[in-house]
Amino acid sequence: MSTSRWAPQTLWGWGRYPRVESQVARPERRKEVAAALADRQGEPVLAFGLGRCYGDAALLRNGRVVLTRRLDRMLDFDPESGWLRCEAGVSLEEILHTFVPRGFFPPVVPGTQFVTVGGAIACDIHGKNHHVDGSFCDHIRRVELLVADGRVVTCGPDEEPELFWATVGGMGLTGLILSCEVQLARIDNPYIEMESIRVENLDQFFEVSAESGAFTHTVSWIDCVTTGKATGRGIFMRGRHAPAGVEGKPSLLQRVGARAPALLDFPIDAPDWLLNQASIKAFNEVYFRQHPKGKVESVVHYEPFFFPLDNVRNWNRMYGPRGFLQYQFVVPPDPEHKAVRAVVDEITHSGLGSFLAVIKEFGERQHGGISFPSPGPMIALDFGLAGQPLFDLLLRLDRIVLDAGGKIYLGKDSRLPRETFEAMYPELPRWKQVRDAWDPGHVFQSELGRRLGLSGPSSHTGPRGGQP
Amino acid sequence: MSVLILGATSRIAQSLAHRYAENGQSVFVAARDAEEAAAVAADVRVRTQGVCASGRFDATDFDGHAAFLETVIGAVGPVEVAVLAFGDMGDQKTSEADFEAAHQVIDVNYTAAVSICERLAAHMSDRAGGSIVGIASVAGDRGRQSNYIYGSAKGAFGLYLQGLRNRLFKAGVHVMTVKLGFVDTRMTFGLETGIPVASPETVSRALFEAQRAREDVFYYPRFWRGIMGVIKAIPEAAFKRLTL
Repeated sequence: MSTSRWAPQTLWGWGRYPRVESQVARPERRKEVAAALADRQGEPVLAFGLGRCYGDAALLRNGRVVLTRRLDRMLDFDPESGWLRCEAGVSLEEILHTFVPRGFFPPVVPGTQFVTVGGAIACDIHGKNHHVDGSFCDHIRRVELLVADGRVVTCGPDEEPELFWATVGGMGLTGLILSCEVQLARIDNPYIEMESIRVENLDQFFEVSAESGAFTHTVSWIDCVTTGKATGRGIFMRGRHAPAGVEGKPSLLQRVGARAPALLDFPIDAPDWLLNQASIKAFNEVYFRQHPKGKVESVVHYEPFFFPLDNVRNWNRMYGPRGFLQYQFVVPPDPEHKAVRAVVDEITHSGLGSFLAVIKEFGERQHGGISFPSPGPMIALDFGLAGQPLFDLLLRLDRIVLDAGGKIYLGKDSRLPRETFEAMYPELPRWKQVRDAWDPGHVFQSELGRRLGLSGPSSHTGPRGGQP
Repeated sequence: MSVLILGATSRIAQSLAHRYAENGQSVFVAARDAEEAAAVAADVRVRTQGVCASGRFDATDFDGHAAFLETVIGAVGPVEVAVLAFGDMGDQKTSEADFEAAHQVIDVNYTAAVSICERLAAHMSDRAGGSIVGIASVAGDRGRQSNYIYGSAKGAFGLYLQGLRNRLFKAGVHVMTVKLGFVDTRMTFGLETGIPVASPETVSRALFEAQRAREDVFYYPRFWRGIMGVIKAIPEAAFKRLTL
């Protein structure tokens, strides 16, 4: 095929804000990816996988977007070592489906299995095991990248290490990822031995987190509505893959999902008012109270443990047509946890509740550049888009995070001001230098990249004020 | 006993290869682009842990068809099921202006199909069993100005399969004509169809079942039989005035 079929399509991220029209192509073979790049009609290019970045990282106005979903061949697997070579559009769901029965698991999974490996590399995704196993890219040894001049370059820790460094967490702006080699982890059981512990406040969260080093996976739900002594209360979950022979039962959601998946689909947008201050407060109260005081031990399937919301398809529609965003940040460790306290206080007092918030302490491993994970407590907060008051709140949070030496996760972002971003990522100039050397013509761009000055003409410098 | 899939780089064919491999059958996937065919085979092996070999199949190299079939049999044994999934839609306007282009479309979709089918027919008749699945097209049900070069070649292929089915019935060889409506493939990508589009995975599942049920003529999605029934029923005097 000499030319590519381009078609106009409006794309959006998981937060359904913003929405951007692009010309898209959907190659099914490697050669078609190269053809699409060559046939870009002078416009910038970006890859789009399963659309699970929340904001504008995978969007590109007036540009060419390459949908990678059909570049999904698994090319080689070594059952001795667990190394899998596969194309960029393979999803973690497919890896799980294929390899869990054979005793292997992706080395790192985020809160959803519906992401591609290409996206996992571009966002250098993290999971509940970051404190033990690092991020996704700690388990990647080779990435095949189609770079701006049309060449296919293989990079990895030992081969073109600078390009690899810039590609890892590089938000897709160094080239189009064609394939990679990822090492799957051995497991003895698809079930997880898990403990959940009701923590009554933020101090207790940090106490439990500190004594949970023996668990490979930890995360905690945190109530960001309740004020006073119970500020930061939540439910701490920790677990590890069960040894062989331990048996569990599928969860209720899984059973419903298997029998009547339509029951677990948000077929239409909920009204904007569904998630309001009162309903969020009520939900948080119920969610906290349903867990008995103290500790509960259980054996659960990996799906509800890792991907609690995947069984409810299109749950992002719960936020209504306005869409939503996730504010995710990490701050360096601090014995007094001042920044975390300040953020939680700021939110609980703003009256803008976060329906879903999680907190986890990251481990020591980090990649630098513009990759997100680094040591310290990480918090992720979902907010329905509530206009100016929300954007004002987030600007105040930016200030707290920045002053503490922390940073925001680009994979979730749609509004961070450029100056704040630059101050949060001190290695940005070096990252840009490497990126620009491989792509001097700024072929690879994204809305996020333009907004934050990563690549392409600058589109926006001030903080984003409201909906477009 | 093995399954041969020709034109294996199409999404439907790839998915079909997975079904047969999952079912425990040895599969040989072939395409004009040998490198892509090898990637498809690798994917089938990694995902299903089954047997899948690959090779180059050039549809219009008619003289090479005999040797090609020998290679397949050598690699995976006698062919029990053969799926013809290759095709070339060409471009109607180009085909009108340039006979060479039209010739290519006719050769790939019809001549090549006849050539390889006859060899498969002989191979299967000798062994008194087997199944030939030919992917024709609803475009072959009635000639239309927008794609009649491709449509006539596919229509001829459909007619050919009808005759072959008739001939091989007594030999115990099954011949299935498949007519697909809109499927979400590279052919339809970006088209405003106005009619629901089936996923290649759904189609492959349906084809797999239909082949095992030894269907004769299989429309998928099934409502296309009705749509084409209506289109075929329009009197020619009226049809020739339409733009479809």
